[in-house]
Amino acid sequence: MTQKYLIPLAAVFLLFLVAYTGAGAGLGWFFGIVFPYLAIIAFLVGFVIKVMGWARAAVPFRIPTTCGQQKSLPWIKQNRIDNPDTASGVFVRMLLEIFLFRSLFRNTKAAFSRSASNRITYSWEIFLWVAALAFHYAFLVVLLRHFRFFTSPVPFPVQFLEALDGIVQLGLPGLFLSGVVLPAAALFLLARRLFDQKVRYISQASDYFPLFLILGIAITGISMRYFTKVDITAVKEMTMGLVTFSPTIPDGIGNLFYAHMFLVSVLFAYFPASKLMHLGGVFLSPTRNMANNTRAKRHVNPWNYDVPIHTYEQYEDHFRDKMIEAGLPVEKKE
Amino acid sequence: MTKNMIVTGLAVFVLAVLSPFWFNLVTTTQAAPEPELLGRAKEAKKCVLDKYDMRANHMSLLDEWRDAVVRDADRIYVAANGHTFNMSLSTGENSCLGCHEDKAKFCDACHTYTSVNPYCWECHTNPKEIQ
Repeated sequence: MTQKYLIPLAAVFLLFLVAYTGAGAGLGWFFGIVFPYLAIIAFLVGFVIKVMGWARAAVPFRIPTTCGQQKSLPWIKQNRIDNPDTASGVFVRMLLEIFLFRSLFRNTKAAFSRSASNRITYSWEIFLWVAALAFHYAFLVVLLRHFRFFTSPVPFPVQFLEALDGIVQLGLPGLFLSGVVLPAAALFLLARRLFDQKVRYISQASDYFPLFLILGIAITGISMRYFTKVDITAVKEMTMGLVTFSPTIPDGIGNLFYAHMFLVSVLFAYFPASKLMHLGGVFLSPTRNMANNTRAKRHVNPWNYDVPIHTYEQYEDHFRDKMIEAGLPVEKKE
Repeated sequence: MTKNMIVTGLAVFVLAVLSPFWFNLVTTTQAAPEPELLGRAKEAKKCVLDKYDMRANHMSLLDEWRDAVVRDADRIYVAANGHTFNMSLSTGENSCLGCHEDKAKFCDACHTYTSVNPYCWECHTNPKEIQ
């Protein structure tokens, strides 16, 4: 099973080395300009194709997962969020799902108890939820902070976010909290796949690759900020060139920057083809985004066509004589 | 989810992803600052580090200087080029701002451009502002 994580790990190393040595050999324009543009196009086109494919998929049944009391008799209290019957209830449910990962909060783990009875027991397992939440929000902060490379002058909200993220004022350049939380949470998610045998058994290369890729991006980025350093003004000149469609390659940007940029571009290009599409998918999960109102409303399968049916009346009309002859009861005698 | 809702959401997402591109089209974009040496710095032709090293590493150097001065009372920095400098941001002729006289051009232009907000000036003062 080791090849399931060794191959993605080697792939990320290889991608890093390709860009690092390639930029050193004067191919900075490819890793810094051509590939990022291609990656953005691949990301958007792939994303739209994928979501439109899902939009076309039939959802013939109301299949919300119900996690509370359904709307019933007036004196039975309904759980409006976990078993919504209205659009507003569904909206709140989706909001909690998207921003707080509510379904993951209920995560349980199954294990055999160590006592003599050896019975299977289920317990609440909150750490996956904690790490997932920390990981996603740290990543969001990192992503939004990077807008300082794509706007000039930098808008106030981005500066405010930077100030909040760097509130501990440790070291120079100041430590960003997201720079600690993101790798720590990603490492936890990786450790879970590697050391929890049950999760390891179901983990595939496509589970490890995004984790290694994101860790690679984080490590190269953190290295540039805190350890190996880059000329940040030159870097911004370059990124501004990309977003204003006048790409340039200024002097004095280290190869590490191109490696960082290339890994980010790979992440973007790979995104629509991977499990990372849960970014779009979470909005479209039929078990979450539907109201449980099957008792109140009649939902007709949208592609029902007229099936020639043979009702009992027709059956009786057909066989009446024979039925009477055999002494069977009939509804109409003649 | 109706198809209209999905398409609307998708359009918003695509616009958000492309925001760095259209944001720079609808707003006026400030160009990168052109670093230039003025006054004494122009004549001196020597600095604590060479040009690219300085651009990338000056904050670490200042951090080390601060520790050296505050904790060890060590105020003399011998640069790789053999010259000695006073480890000071803003005091005296042999300090950073003693030579690079224009803080706005020397410090602020790039810091503002890259949205870096150093807390040097919560304790230090620009010598020009005192006079």
